Amino acid sequence: MATAIPLPSLSPTMKEGKITKWLKKEGDKVSSGEAVAEVETDKSNLEIEAYDDGYLLRILVKEGESAPVGAPIAYIGEKGEKVEAVETTAPAAKPPEPAPPPKPAAEQRPPIEMKRPPQPASPEPSRPTGGQVLPLRRQEPESGNGRLRASPLARKIAKDQGLDLSAVQGSGPQGRIIKRDVEAAITQPATARRTGPALVAQFERREPQALPLSSMRRVIAQRLSEVKPGVPHFYLTVDIEMDAAMKIREEAKALESKVSVNDIIVKAAAIALRRVPQMNVSLQGDRVLQYQTADVGIAVAIEEGLITPIIRDADVKGLAALSAEARELAERARKRALRPEEYSGGSITVSNLGMFGIDWFVAVINPPQSAIIAVGAVEQKPVVRDGQVTVRQMMSATLSGDHRVIDGAMGAVYLRELKGLLEHPMRLLL
Amino acid sequence: MAEIMYREALNQALAEEMERDVRVFLMGEEVGKYQGAFKVSQGLLERFGSARVVDAPISELGFAGLGVGAAMVGLRPVIEMMTFNFAILAMDQIFNNAAKVRHMSGGQLRCPIVFRGPEGAGGRLAAQHSQVFDSIYSNFPGLKVVAPATPKDAKGLLKSAIRDDNPVIFFEGERLYAVKGEVPEGELVIPIGKAEVKREGKDVSIITWSRMYYFCQQAAEELEKQGIQAEILDLRSLRPLDEEALIATLRKTNRAVVVEEGWPHSGLGAQVVDTIQSKAFDYLDAPVARVTGLDVNMAYAANLEAATQPDVTRIIAAVKKVLYLEEK
Repeated sequence: MATAIPLPSLSPTMKEGKITKWLKKEGDKVSSGEAVAEVETDKSNLEIEAYDDGYLLRILVKEGESAPVGAPIAYIGEKGEKVEAVETTAPAAKPPEPAPPPKPAAEQRPPIEMKRPPQPASPEPSRPTGGQVLPLRRQEPESGNGRLRASPLARKIAKDQGLDLSAVQGSGPQGRIIKRDVEAAITQPATARRTGPALVAQFERREPQALPLSSMRRVIAQRLSEVKPGVPHFYLTVDIEMDAAMKIREEAKALESKVSVNDIIVKAAAIALRRVPQMNVSLQGDRVLQYQTADVGIAVAIEEGLITPIIRDADVKGLAALSAEARELAERARKRALRPEEYSGGSITVSNLGMFGIDWFVAVINPPQSAIIAVGAVEQKPVVRDGQVTVRQMMSATLSGDHRVIDGAMGAVYLRELKGLLEHPMRLLL
Repeated sequence: MAEIMYREALNQALAEEMERDVRVFLMGEEVGKYQGAFKVSQGLLERFGSARVVDAPISELGFAGLGVGAAMVGLRPVIEMMTFNFAILAMDQIFNNAAKVRHMSGGQLRCPIVFRGPEGAGGRLAAQHSQVFDSIYSNFPGLKVVAPATPKDAKGLLKSAIRDDNPVIFFEGERLYAVKGEVPEGELVIPIGKAEVKREGKDVSIITWSRMYYFCQQAAEELEKQGIQAEILDLRSLRPLDEEALIATLRKTNRAVVVEEGWPHSGLGAQVVDTIQSKAFDYLDAPVARVTGLDVNMAYAANLEAATQPDVTRIIAAVKKVLYLEEK
């Protein structure tokens, strides 16, 4: 029986994908894990791997053509097998044997896996994508060829107790795991308990917390959205003296460590997020996601546009490591080889046009983030210090905030922190 | 505590509220000289006179409208519908005027009116006179809807309904009028929008209202013999729904069966299920089951009438299903 390869969803915003290249021809043998095609999504170019062994029977979506997520792009099956129902010609008078219909994605075992063209050196991270309140893609094992069946209550108890549901035998209809099964598993010592995830808990990044919107916040969000539909922006600008920060960069260079001004700003932005956690949020429907980690996006201009990879835990990373990561992410962004989880999540982005000589600008927030900092060039300017005109290296930073979740005063406190950190970069170490 | 009939409880509530507030008056078919089609208004004409106990002609739309007008100018009418089957004729006044006048006048006008009377199967009254209207009236913003099961709730809720500044639909039942129950002496006011746990249990929540409450009690007693402790939540008010009580009982039992006399499609029970799934999802250990009247017009034949309505057997089967105890 021929199996359809549906176009996988490779990013949270992906609705369709364009096949840029078929790596296999019709009739070619394919084995599980082998790349069969390259697909261009709204964000990246990624490879599609075959999940099963077999022969590529028929290509449905030609190179350069697009297909919606979930639509079959090809069939895999036995050698010489006919794929009658997908003939592109008009159907015969007698309706042919129906092809396996594209099942709803949730019910189907994904027949393919994706990976980015250069296989990452480290194993695929299993952490959830930052701040999405999408259906949680927990690493839940499957039973048989269906999804794991468990009642909402059983799932909740298992999660709270760190119980691995795949190790629990369900006694409900079709093997559904229900409360009594979970309770029985918990009272049985050391069988199913605390396997897997719980062991690595101490190294895990803390997941964002979804908090209900306060009624005042709700009213603010509602009223401001009436005035400024979409994401109602407000703007705050501050001038920052960068002499000390520039000195850090020079000193790093002397130590043959490449650190850019932007890296210092990203780290400062992350530490400021830690100090003003009210800024480290994202509005998700009628809830506010409170991030527990300080993840900062960096806006990277690429040929076709712009993408914002996220530097996770930027507050705790050393400047050299942060800098290396930023460079690596930017490089892969230009090659359009970022994985979706690398550009999802976070609450704030740093957008820097200083290298183009832009003094000052305002940036548009990248939802569901709640803020963006537009950074201009560092330039020598006359300033007044102690009643004297003197020359300092100045930089402007303009914060755009999502007024539905953050307010001007909060943004001002945040910018004050950022300014303090950059003017006294010693504080980045404290 | 005195044990009185449901109809006597209603009579007490009417009399006490008419005594308390001269703006309250009763109007409907046969409420005066005949002493009420179901004897709810017994003695009221003699006590309060024909200006406050008004016999209306058979003209539901007319006297419903008269009531709405009286309420708009400051009186507090109680309009008795001989049954809610006849109130279908008065729906224009109820939905388009009573439910909307406060909103459409920008709050300048109020409509403190009670429409009360029996609904549901009365015993071989056939398709047109056995209907349940819980769902249709509860669908309208601007209306409050109550459906008490016991004499105590009937008295306390009718007093609240009469004192409420909004139109209240008050569902009684032909088969409830003779039900006896304990009613405390003296002032008794039960707030609209509050459900009551009528029986405590830890294994399953049976959520119901009005006459079905008695079937649920019988089912719970039978289940207890089999070692299953069912909690019974009597909603009492259908709009507003007591969401807190629904969440609380689900947190306790993790399983629910919703029992209603009305039809399944778009029935009020569906609204209850939605509240449960949206507000108590993580407490659910099984899909919520519904037991409803069958999706057909009511038959005249006694055996078919009985088969159409929910009964103890169907309630027990549903409870066992959500407890995963059904035969495979």
